[in-house]
Amino acid sequence: MTAARIGLAVAAFIVAAILADYAALLWGAGGADVANLLSDRYLHRVVGFTFLEASLSALLSLAAAIPTARALARQSSFPGRRLILQLCALPMVMPSIVAIFGIVAVFGRSGYIAAMASSLGSEWRPSIYGLGGILIAHVFFNMPLAIRLLLPAWGTVPAESWRLAAQLGMSSGQVFRLVEVPLLRQYVPAAFTFVFILCFLSFAVILTLGGGPRATTLEVAIYQALHIDVDLPQGGLLALLETVACLIMVAIAWAVGQRIDFGRGQRMTGLRFDGISLGARLRDSATIVLATGFLVLPLAALLYDGLRGLLFARFDGGPLLAAMLVTLALGIPSGIIATVLGFPIAGAADRLRGRRLATVVIGIAGLAGVVASPMAIGAGIILGASGRIDLYAMAPYGVVTMNALLTLPFAVGVLRPAIARNNAQYDRLCAGLGLSGWNRFRVVDWPLLRRPIGLACGLSTAAAMGDLAAIALFGNQSLTNLTLLLYNQIAAYRLDSASGTALVLLALCLATFAAIERGVGGRGVS
Amino acid sequence: MRIISLILLAAATFALAGAGPALAEPAKLTVYTYNSFTADWGPGPKITPIFEQRCGCKIQWVGVEDGAALLSRLKLEGKNSPADVVLGLDTSLTEEASGTGLIAPHGADLSALKLPVAWNDKDFVPFDYGYFAFMWDTQKLATPPKSLADLSAAGDAPKILLEDPRTSTPGLGLLLWLKTVDGDRAGEAWKSIAPKILTVSKSWDEAYGLFTKGEAPLVLSYTTSEAYHRMEDKTDRYKALIFPEGNYMQIEVAGMLATSQHQDLARKFLQFLVSPDFQKQIPTTNWMLPVIDIGADLPPVFGQIPQPTKALMLPSTEVAAHRAAWVKEWLEAVGQ
Repeated sequence: MTAARIGLAVAAFIVAAILADYAALLWGAGGADVANLLSDRYLHRVVGFTFLEASLSALLSLAAAIPTARALARQSSFPGRRLILQLCALPMVMPSIVAIFGIVAVFGRSGYIAAMASSLGSEWRPSIYGLGGILIAHVFFNMPLAIRLLLPAWGTVPAESWRLAAQLGMSSGQVFRLVEVPLLRQYVPAAFTFVFILCFLSFAVILTLGGGPRATTLEVAIYQALHIDVDLPQGGLLALLETVACLIMVAIAWAVGQRIDFGRGQRMTGLRFDGISLGARLRDSATIVLATGFLVLPLAALLYDGLRGLLFARFDGGPLLAAMLVTLALGIPSGIIATVLGFPIAGAADRLRGRRLATVVIGIAGLAGVVASPMAIGAGIILGASGRIDLYAMAPYGVVTMNALLTLPFAVGVLRPAIARNNAQYDRLCAGLGLSGWNRFRVVDWPLLRRPIGLACGLSTAAAMGDLAAIALFGNQSLTNLTLLLYNQIAAYRLDSASGTALVLLALCLATFAAIERGVGGRGVS
Repeated sequence: MRIISLILLAAATFALAGAGPALAEPAKLTVYTYNSFTADWGPGPKITPIFEQRCGCKIQWVGVEDGAALLSRLKLEGKNSPADVVLGLDTSLTEEASGTGLIAPHGADLSALKLPVAWNDKDFVPFDYGYFAFMWDTQKLATPPKSLADLSAAGDAPKILLEDPRTSTPGLGLLLWLKTVDGDRAGEAWKSIAPKILTVSKSWDEAYGLFTKGEAPLVLSYTTSEAYHRMEDKTDRYKALIFPEGNYMQIEVAGMLATSQHQDLARKFLQFLVSPDFQKQIPTTNWMLPVIDIGADLPPVFGQIPQPTKALMLPSTEVAAHRAAWVKEWLEAVGQ
């Protein structure tokens, strides 16, 4: 039980820190006028719109991710499969402005699609500014993440089950209904909630692609309250409202989610007999190509702009190199800490399943980094540190710590189902052999969990490498990562150089993600 | 085990962080500013050695997101703020900043100022200024709007890119611009502009990026944007539009904190801001206009860009008093 207790302790600490942060805001300046705020018409509209865009975004992302993940699971030797899975980490590192530019380059009024229409002699131009643009951007950001979160589900089905399904002569549709639907019921609610929350807190994408103030999310209102009006109680209250709304979604997902047990298998890689037929192969290939195309087209635009920027624009060599080092030096430790903290939390989540309060604390802690408003966390830290801690001197540690907490949900999200499965399968064996603690981790857990640990570390590192919130909060001028450099370049009209920086950031992220996934996770294919 | 090593790590971290300042030698002037000011090509690296040599001190720059973030940071930190000087607020924020009681009178000699408006603020020293203007992409649009009235005339073309007044300074600038020109009818003016808006972005960065990518032929920016394109990109494709109603001004300012432990240094720094050594760096690093006459040090391009016929600016007190109501009016006109 020690590991579980450590997990619970870490989780309790994180939840307490977030609560203290919100409390500091709420009571920082005399308390909030709750009644007045909650009856505000503007706020009602904002909350309504936030729910709408987040639900639609999550639905579409999952609707695209499920068939793609299924196709990737069935066609385990699809050419370029490993690269496609690595590309899935890229949107996570992408600063919102870069994603916006990439999407506009494809779907914008002067984008590729518009150019194609024009060369065909058509007057029609795509119009993405509005809900459509928001949804395109959110699916671009989250479909790849959802694919990575869902794909391990297929790996949990023992090879014997697929063989049995084939022997029973099940068609592809029957396999889907009888095996995959129950399987997805276990994984989809968590992935949906995760994506929903990320979209719920979306900000720059919403304003810029939303076409006007009709598209306003709660996070915009929080930004307005904390950043512009400096109305702390109002900001704190809105942030609390945002967090509570997200947690309600989490609770619904937990209620809907279902644990199923496929029994013990030999852990062999199973051949998907229903994926062998030509029809299935064609269908799967088409699905993969379509989804990959949607992901790759904006990336290709960014690659083109980036190469042009690096080759022809003024080259900020020194600052670029320094920013690369800062990005790695801050991103990798954050990812490692997130994984190291996430492991006991994910473990505790499984061990303490029956204890309701513990489950809630652990559940919140695992998601704290995404359900808590980054604006509110930042304001709370400034408020709490003021006069006590020198944020400037603390900057490197502060940025790493904050990013570790913000990216913890990615680690926990990946590790939780993997650890639960491992425990279900080997707890009794380990108890019988008297294996526990470090020895058990070394002999049983590590070899079997290397792959999810690698994925957890890779995803959280990628997310931390794209950080702007923490680095902007601590404000130390010797710490400029690639994201901050990119914004500084844009502010100085150096948009071409900024495209180059964006490309460097993406390439660095891809290389780091691939290295971690392979280095930690081993050579196997997920 | 793991907990103990974590505690040790945290303790070591705190010890290291605590040891840092103890080793400091010369006096340290802490200046809060926005990030792009201290970027490698911004004014920061150019002026830092000049001032440090003059004062025998060290400047510690602390960068935040933008001007609004400066004010919120000051408000959050209050009397505990380690800042000595805050640099980068603008005239739409000064009244609110003074209202916090955290800013001490600057006492600087501002007789050299050459601003289009008289400067009477006792708390803040202006260090650069600019005019908001719509930038026009001559390759995407044949005839640009001739005036603000023309811009808000009926129809849904040409498309324009704007910034959100709730989250960005230029966005707020346009709001105040229309208020100055149209007064009580500003709401109606916004209603007729609404169909032309392609999008309203979070900050200038996104809007200007979309503009140079050709998404719309007009964007709200500064007249000095044209100077950048002429000088650095060697192109006259992008032109700033001067409107007969006048162009709204933005003056960027700095002030010292009443709680500063280095009052003399802070005063010296504020005086330095209006000296030629500082001012001649401004045009090509911050792409704004200098507040004093720097003669031949002003690159010729800045004389060639169109000059506004009328400088508009509302008193800071009025902005502070009505900003919330005006933003609401904008929301209702554009957001319905």
